[in-house]
Amino acid sequence: MALQWLFIGAILLVGASMAALPIALNTLLGPKKPNKNKSETYECGIETVGETWVQLKGQYYIFGLIFLIFDIEAVFLFPWAVAYDKLQLYMVLEGVLFILILAGGLVYAWRKGALEWV
Amino acid sequence: MSDPFGGIDNFLKDLLIGFGLDSTFVAVILKLAAAAVLGGLAGATAIVLIWVERKLVARIQDRLGPNRVGPYGLLQTIADALKLLTKEVLIPAGADRLVFQMAPLLVVASVIGVWAVMPLAPGLIGSDVNVGLLYILSVGSIGTLGIMMAGLSSNNKYALLGAFRTVAQMVSFMVPLILSLLIPTLLAGSMGMADIVNSQAGLWFIFLAPLAALIFFVSSIAEVGRTPFDLMEADSEIVAGFHIEYSGMAFGMFFVGEFVHAFTISALMAVIFLGGWRGPGAEAFPLLGLVYFLIKTSIMYFVVIWVRATFPRIRIDQMNAFNWKFVTPLALVVLMVTAIVDKLAIESGWPRFLVHVIANLLMVVGTLVILRTQAAALRRRLDVVPEAPVTQPETA
Repeated sequence: MALQWLFIGAILLVGASMAALPIALNTLLGPKKPNKNKSETYECGIETVGETWVQLKGQYYIFGLIFLIFDIEAVFLFPWAVAYDKLQLYMVLEGVLFILILAGGLVYAWRKGALEWV
Repeated sequence: MSDPFGGIDNFLKDLLIGFGLDSTFVAVILKLAAAAVLGGLAGATAIVLIWVERKLVARIQDRLGPNRVGPYGLLQTIADALKLLTKEVLIPAGADRLVFQMAPLLVVASVIGVWAVMPLAPGLIGSDVNVGLLYILSVGSIGTLGIMMAGLSSNNKYALLGAFRTVAQMVSFMVPLILSLLIPTLLAGSMGMADIVNSQAGLWFIFLAPLAALIFFVSSIAEVGRTPFDLMEADSEIVAGFHIEYSGMAFGMFFVGEFVHAFTISALMAVIFLGGWRGPGAEAFPLLGLVYFLIKTSIMYFVVIWVRATFPRIRIDQMNAFNWKFVTPLALVVLMVTAIVDKLAIESGWPRFLVHVIANLLMVVGTLVILRTQAAALRRRLDVVPEAPVTQPETA
């Protein structure tokens, strides 16, 4: 089992170096003539005005929150799905009840207008 | 011939042990070598994929596509890569340098990491962990993180907008993706990728759960951020979104990540819903299984490109409404119905395939009816509201 995870760790490193090597090569091969204009923020020709870190819309935050609920739900539902073959019908129905409660959360957010893009 | 991959493995093992090395050490070395080969191959497919995509999109749009460099323009991608290698690497002033440079690495690593659990042929799987699907989901979200890091660290407003949109889109579409992956999990009774392929011996899951397959496919395309859902790099709105400040190979790596990701979701579709390497004679000849897997993946990849070439980009409010008000509720219903129906079918001995097909058909009909009533109600509401008289601007 340790070997399996070793493989995964190795392939993630390979993946990262698949990106790192060409970039490193590019840094070696590419011209290096920095000047002030080149490193300016690209916008539309004139200098950028004000802070880059503009205030973000609250909407994105709400979607993030709704996502969090459903993401945590996955942790509970995957074991249920794996054990599905061994479950009785009523246990399956209990899982369905759990999903229904989640769906209730979605309906609540919907009715509250959290899903509207304004 | 019966097990060429195991044969190669054993041959190398014997060879290295023959040199007088410790057997555990040899096993570790072979795993590392296999990871290097698999990861390298998965990354290198990008060279072919970019050519295939450009050629196919060109044909769909009645153009010729690349045809100058090499036969059929095959060397075009290599020429592009060489050009990118000789570009200056620019890091904008005010950027968070470390995060800025790490972002392309994470994007590529997350995509290639998925191939670790991909069953390529019978007995040929990098790492058959028992949490395969969960691993795919978690590694996939590292790529989302990479894109967000790229957008946030660039110190550019367009890039920041791209990062916001990433949050709204890629993060949102994780939900139907998770829900649709629960269905093959409960049909197979396992999260391991090899187990999922094995349990499709009788019937592919696309016949048992066509709606789940469709939901998975659509939300995967949204996860990749390809054309109907390419809001975070919409060139006509926010120039290039999250990768606007990247130059040279760092920019190229986002491209590699996207293309390999598209190929990866095609492969996942093939493995999870189309039976992976299954096909006539695949068990006797594992090489044939690899061929079947590649054929299925190529067909799905063609569909991905076809979708990209056909649909226009949707607006962000449409994308959000589509996800949260349509795909996610549908995925919840499909999950519940599939769970109940499958248990009923097993307990009462009804034919599983028929029950699932009927249930899916009923859900499709129900969805269409609900959509029709909603659309009719919307039209009525729009008709009732009196339209303001349109004044024509006087034109000279």
